[in-house]
Amino acid sequence: MAKRSAPEVNAGSMADIAFLLLIFFLVTTTIETDSGINRKLPPNEELEDPPIIKQKNIFTVVVNKNNQLLVEEELTDISDLRPLAVEFLDNGGGIDEEACNYCQGSKDPKSSDNPEKAIISLKNDRETSYKIYISVQNELVAAYNDLRDREFLRLFPNEYMSFVEANKKYSDPRTTPTEKARLKPLLSEVKIMFPQKLSEAEPSKNKS
Amino acid sequence: MSKFKKKKGGELPAISTASLPDIVFMLLFFFMVATVMRDSTLMVKNQLPAADQVQKLDKKDRVMYIYAGEPSSRYIDKYGSQPRIQLNDKFASVGEVAAFVLAERASKRQELQNVLTTALKVDGETKMGLISDIKQELRKVNALKINYTTRIGGYSQNID
Repeated sequence: MAKRSAPEVNAGSMADIAFLLLIFFLVTTTIETDSGINRKLPPNEELEDPPIIKQKNIFTVVVNKNNQLLVEEELTDISDLRPLAVEFLDNGGGIDEEACNYCQGSKDPKSSDNPEKAIISLKNDRETSYKIYISVQNELVAAYNDLRDREFLRLFPNEYMSFVEANKKYSDPRTTPTEKARLKPLLSEVKIMFPQKLSEAEPSKNKS
Repeated sequence: MSKFKKKKGGELPAISTASLPDIVFMLLFFFMVATVMRDSTLMVKNQLPAADQVQKLDKKDRVMYIYAGEPSSRYIDKYGSQPRIQLNDKFASVGEVAAFVLAERASKRQELQNVLTTALKVDGETKMGLISDIKQELRKVNALKINYTTRIGGYSQNID
């Protein structure tokens, strides 16, 4: 018989292809997770006798109700906040036991002694808008992260990653426990060098 | 004679639709997986501010959410345009935050109760006064781990 018609396409393997695609998408799609700036609030109880902190070890950032930024008593643009904070933290103006041997700052005796003593004090008005507050928080965290990245790369050049990347790897649930145990001391060493000391004052009431 | 007879009706054979269910199921599964379920409907404006120094939020069962912002347009008539707090599915006052945190904490498993994070999803236009009030309430009930949930982007996006 010479009756030729196109043969029926075998659809039996179609399901396999479909499952292959399904598995491909399952693996490659990352479900969107929320992310943000983590903060820890101070406990509610008041300290009996607050430690005395030298004025030169405090870096004051004030945001007023018109969203203007006052850094160390001077009106500043937000783009200058990060370099100013880095300069303050990295100053290392202390002498003898307060000296900081890894700081690369200008060693100005009028600025902070060492990163361990340096405190950033953030104060905002009740009328400050939230997005400006977040921007300021973001820049201050960025200043710490910049310095931690620098020290991490200097101390552990064989890791081929920065502090932020290492921290991300550490908190990733896919990282193996052995790798986590290896990263943990490295991370905490750098964290001790530049501890995040960010103090927030209660917002001032708006005196209009 | 019949050898040269033209084949009559050259129409195409019907395309098999046997695999159609598979494709549909595949799409279904894909959307099932990729969709994030929102437990509570948002009743406030929630344009989050942008930040780039962000960390990922913990697993979902360790997080409680507090929303704040101006009420959305359909609620403005009833609740006004002043920024408000939303807990679960209803508007709340600052005083109710502490009770909400305690209730949320009690509903979690014992081993998670100490590692809970409070995610603050606050609209960028909100004033800091409201947020400080929330933070004071959180301190009272010892919910100290907080996360300011943000979009990912440079700070310049926050300044118009």
